[in-house]
Amino acid sequence: MARFQKPAEGTWTEHYPSLGTAPVSFEDSISPAFYELEREAIFKRAWLHVGRIEQLPRNGSYFTKELPGLRTAVIVSRDMQGRVRAFHNVCRHRGNKLLWEETPRDETCGNARQFVCKYHGWRYGLDGACTYVHQENQFFDLRKDELGLAPVHCDTWAGFIFVNLSREPRQTLRDYLGTMVGALEGYPFHRMTERYSFRSENNSNWKVFSDAFQEYYHVPPLHTHQLGPTPEAQNPEYEFEGAHYQLDGPHRMVTTSGTHKHNWPREHLYPAEALTRSGNTGPWDAPDLGEKLPGVNPSGIARWGIDNFQVFPNLEILIYERGWFVTYRYWPTSHNTHVFEADLHFVPARSARERLAHEYAALTFKEYGLQDVGTLDGTQMGLEQGAFRQFPLNDQEILVRHFHKTVGDWVDAYARVRAEKPAQ
Amino acid sequence: MNAALLPREFAEFEPWAATWCLARESERWAQRLRSSMEELQAFYDAVFPRAEEAIAYCDRFPLDSMPADAERLLQLLHSLLMVSYAVEVWKRPEVIHCGSARIDRILEPRP
Repeated sequence: MARFQKPAEGTWTEHYPSLGTAPVSFEDSISPAFYELEREAIFKRAWLHVGRIEQLPRNGSYFTKELPGLRTAVIVSRDMQGRVRAFHNVCRHRGNKLLWEETPRDETCGNARQFVCKYHGWRYGLDGACTYVHQENQFFDLRKDELGLAPVHCDTWAGFIFVNLSREPRQTLRDYLGTMVGALEGYPFHRMTERYSFRSENNSNWKVFSDAFQEYYHVPPLHTHQLGPTPEAQNPEYEFEGAHYQLDGPHRMVTTSGTHKHNWPREHLYPAEALTRSGNTGPWDAPDLGEKLPGVNPSGIARWGIDNFQVFPNLEILIYERGWFVTYRYWPTSHNTHVFEADLHFVPARSARERLAHEYAALTFKEYGLQDVGTLDGTQMGLEQGAFRQFPLNDQEILVRHFHKTVGDWVDAYARVRAEKPAQ
Repeated sequence: MNAALLPREFAEFEPWAATWCLARESERWAQRLRSSMEELQAFYDAVFPRAEEAIAYCDRFPLDSMPADAERLLQLLHSLLMVSYAVEVWKRPEVIHCGSARIDRILEPRP
């Protein structure tokens, strides 16, 4: 029997009839040709999350961001008027990467009044305008005012900074995010400024990794230890059910519900969980965030646990009942590799005890995340073997189904437009 | 004899200090992976029983202006949590089923 109320149709999947219930192809995760289309159709057209506003604390603050699969890197800065801007990280003179520290491949951040190219010393204001050309009189017909940095569309929502690499985005960022994600606008993300950041280079398609983090069906079998130290707790047969699923345009979410760890009997906890009062759902002692938290737990589930928002194409925002949040980003680097980035955000610790609770949550993320990384390399190998072409997905995997359908729809739409307008 | 690294109240942890008072997660992770299970268990068994007391000691000071010896004690507690996963959960230094996977922590609050 279902643990939670399902829609009138009987299942979440059938509530959204366009999804169908047929087995699904993962050809989109193993094909180099599809990957090339995906880069153009999705990553050069969608709004992409590149950072948080807290990374630009003052006028003149900047950070760089590599977008490796797009063969692009951007500078995101706050100019002297306080406006957040983004530019391609390329000098207008001879195309050198403009901002980097020790090596051009590594990201950097800092505070500056101007950007200076290491190669020939050209300078740019934080608004991107070229302000100085070394030995300017040696050039021919040089119009400095036409030699600024190449701007990239940039906008912020709820402190999340996004860029869009298309010439003219089809939607504003706010319209793109829609009502479901947009409802989080007033959530106190800005108070959670203590950040733990992680990076992982993985041997799987970006969608294969994202798929694992948009269903909880895999948790009891793969992360058996996560359930607790006792044989009763470690039951790989445990049946998980998401409490609520919702789709909105290209975006999707799932809400979890369950007994909160802080209410568990002591014998079902690891000693370090009891010591730190923390674990995989975060520190037990939640900060006071006020009564009303906009946008979270949209269906009002009792014993709300986590809201898992999947913002198309490659951002996941996990909001935990205990008052902290996590973001994941998946950056494709080829058809079967990607860079995974995770950021854990807490209201800053005020004491050593709080620091250790955050540390234990951050450790827990990595320990179980490594099981995902290890396993998903195996998924990629299995898919590439080609033994099967279609794969069954259950109702708890509705978001996986929606994700691959959305990716396919975007690629098809792009291919149609390209067919109608042949290259000049 | 070397100067004490930890507060006098926790002198019994001194034998562990040189190995486990590490400021960064990357250092603590590397130390866990190059330790034997016997070494991890011995460190865990020595520190865990007084961990609550050590947390209370660190809590006497503001997080951003701890005396150096208390800050090292806090680092030792960070290492205890790192080691707890090997001792309590995996029963070995490495995560089970992680293959050659790596997840690097590239930013963290200090201390």
